[in-house]
Amino acid sequence: MDFVMAFVVGGLICLIGQILMDTTKLFPAHILVLFVTLGAVLSGLGLYQPLVDIGKAGATIPITGFGHNLVTGVIQDVDQYGLLGVFTGALRSAAGGITAAIVFGFLMALLFNPKSK
Amino acid sequence: MPIITKEQQEYKNFAKSKRPKPPLLKNMIMAFIVGGIICTIGQFVLSFFISRGLTPGQAGGPTSIVMIFIGAFLTGIGVYDKIGKYAGAGSVVPITGFANSIVSPAMEFKREGFVFGVASKMFIVAGPVLVYGITSATLIGLIYYLLKLL
Repeated sequence: MDFVMAFVVGGLICLIGQILMDTTKLFPAHILVLFVTLGAVLSGLGLYQPLVDIGKAGATIPITGFGHNLVTGVIQDVDQYGLLGVFTGALRSAAGGITAAIVFGFLMALLFNPKSK
Repeated sequence: MPIITKEQQEYKNFAKSKRPKPPLLKNMIMAFIVGGIICTIGQFVLSFFISRGLTPGQAGGPTSIVMIFIGAFLTGIGVYDKIGKYAGAGSVVPITGFANSIVSPAMEFKREGFVFGVASKMFIVAGPVLVYGITSATLIGLIYYLLKLL
């Protein structure tokens, strides 16, 4: 059941992105920025966690889930460390993903060359 | 707003009418299916980590790392961009697309050197994502902190 829900929720989030790309002049980069911010705002309003409960990876794998992850970390750290947590929470929570993106990204770019076609 | 002459406006309308319409329904279906498949793979990875004893909250981190690796690797071997041609947002929006947005320009600009090429161009899309993501999350955290003081 989790797999079906992940497929449906993840697919729907991507579908919204596709509609925005086809009906506006937004580029993929705009979509990513818009969605990460949207995920953060929805998470701050307490609206994203229910989506995660329903869709599991379908809600956390899209980039909106990255925004949600950042906000979850901030909230946790504010609860624990107060004002300092405002500055530490986002990156602490996303540390694994950001490090993976930088290191794997860099290594893959060193290893491979763009396909000419 | 820049001032546009009548001719320019006419040309704009003309160009707009000639611009090919994207096959909306087909694109939507492809985005839904490919995005759904990528998230289903993510669910497999997440379930694997949960079965190894992590809580769903803890399993999210390693799942992202695995998915980012997959996205980066498939971009490196040239497969991800082929998927992207058909999938549109279905391959852009998942976290694998974030990895793709890093590896793709980093490879492309290798000839400009390892500092101004690879290392700098890899953030051409990821940079804005991090800037807006982290800033909005931090502002939300600040609001949360202030509301807690009340």
